[in-house]
Amino acid sequence: MSIVEVLPRVRNFRVPSLSGLTQWIVPLVILAGWQIACVAGFVPARVMPAPTDVALAGWKLLVSGELLQNIWVSFWRASVGFLIGGSIGFVFGLANGLSELSSKLTDTTLQMVRNVPHLALIPLVILWFGIDESAKLFLVALGVFFPIYLNTLHGIRTVDPQLIEMGRIYGMSNSELFRRVIFPGALPSIFVGVRFALGIMWLTLIVAETIAASSGLGYMAMQAREFMQIDVVVLSILIYALLGKVADSASRVLERLTLSWHPAFQK
Amino acid sequence: MNQSLRLAHIDSQLVEAPSEFEQALAERRHVDHANRGLSLTIRGLRKSFGANEVLRGVDLHIPAGQFVAIVGQSGCGKSTLLRLIAGLDKPTAGTISFGEATRPEDIRVMFQEPRLLPWARVLSNVEVGLGADRTSVDAKARAEKALEEVGLTDKREQWPAVLSGGQKQRVALARALVSQPRVLALDEPLGALDALTRISMQRLLGRVWHDQAFTSILVTHDVAEAVALADRVLVIEEGRIAHDINVDIARPRQRGSAELAALEGSILRNLLGTDDAAGL
Repeated sequence: MSIVEVLPRVRNFRVPSLSGLTQWIVPLVILAGWQIACVAGFVPARVMPAPTDVALAGWKLLVSGELLQNIWVSFWRASVGFLIGGSIGFVFGLANGLSELSSKLTDTTLQMVRNVPHLALIPLVILWFGIDESAKLFLVALGVFFPIYLNTLHGIRTVDPQLIEMGRIYGMSNSELFRRVIFPGALPSIFVGVRFALGIMWLTLIVAETIAASSGLGYMAMQAREFMQIDVVVLSILIYALLGKVADSASRVLERLTLSWHPAFQK
Repeated sequence: MNQSLRLAHIDSQLVEAPSEFEQALAERRHVDHANRGLSLTIRGLRKSFGANEVLRGVDLHIPAGQFVAIVGQSGCGKSTLLRLIAGLDKPTAGTISFGEATRPEDIRVMFQEPRLLPWARVLSNVEVGLGADRTSVDAKARAEKALEEVGLTDKREQWPAVLSGGQKQRVALARALVSQPRVLALDEPLGALDALTRISMQRLLGRVWHDQAFTSILVTHDVAEAVALADRVLVIEEGRIAHDINVDIARPRQRGSAELAALEGSILRNLLGTDDAAGL
């Protein structure tokens, strides 16, 4: 077989279906390096436990049921807070994007509140709600509200006016115009808001749970710190990273399903 | 086949509303198509945007089923006139009447941009054109028929983003035609297309106009396009109709023929003034 015949085949050869794993190469290499550094004694166990120790701590907490309990509590707080804050932000975004009057009434106020860092309210929130669930939900909802509000508003305001005129010419009623033109047009921007909000959701929750909580992942990490259980602290941080990744992937899947028309999502 | 109905006596000069033309078209309408095109009468039409008077008194009669092209330099008010006819803007003064009661579906507009919904499949985009009939049981069948008319049946399940410019404009045409309008207003619909796509779109427009016998009003800056397609060319200058020229050339018209070229030249001379047109 001559080289002329072989070359095209070589070029066409591809590693079978490893593309999904490519993204995990860097985390795995880091993990391996970390393990080697710990075992070789470059890093003292008091500063950083080996990944195997973290895994062991995770296993113990898993068996005792503590881990799942805390993950569940944090997940519940995150999603309920997200739903409350997200829906209020979405409704205000819609109202202010569609109605001049509503925008005049509320937009300035909301923009002022937006510039207060919501974590600065923690002392006030503790005074109001104590350290029970409502305090965490309030903070998460507040944090999630603004990215969703701003991006929904922006999405609706930037729907192509030519398409809206087209819809009117073709006799669409207001509700039909919203359903067929305005909402789908605003959707890409709304998703940007959702992904921002997911990041803020975790951030807020971690801070709130480490400062004022009696359960949840943040609380678990703070308790571990008290008892110098550094492996559990690292474990909590890793779980946060993983949960963040899961939330982001979920929003990507949703994006792909609803925005299949968009050139950026076409394969 | 329609040549026996064409009018023979009008040269390229100013004419009043051609009543013989109207009769001939009315005949064609009764024979071939029951009650299709609408006639259009405009009286004393004015439109101002603030202090800027764009239309300064337009009087015009368009017989049912006629293909009228409106040409003029940019900013002369031709698009404004079309938007008023299509009911997209309200006139400052004057009236536009269609001779009988119309439904919104009777008058359709096509723009330079296709204005397709990017998030709806091609077929759903055509269904949008049905207006109030969108919810009827035969909506889909009608949309499919309109898509067939423009030769895009195989693209029915595609997203608009994957279509070429010419294909998008054909979908827009199908959407405008699906409600079987009686007046079709075209605002430079081929302006953004390349030369070859343009010619095939002109043929398509000419064919559907001939088949469906709606009244057609085409705003264009391309005089060659105007004389190739229209029965009558209106030249607008400074908000008034400056010239009203009947195009008395048999269809199908031969692109690049001496007759069309001569007419195109004389209209261009009108448009540009003799100095600019000296080189033509």
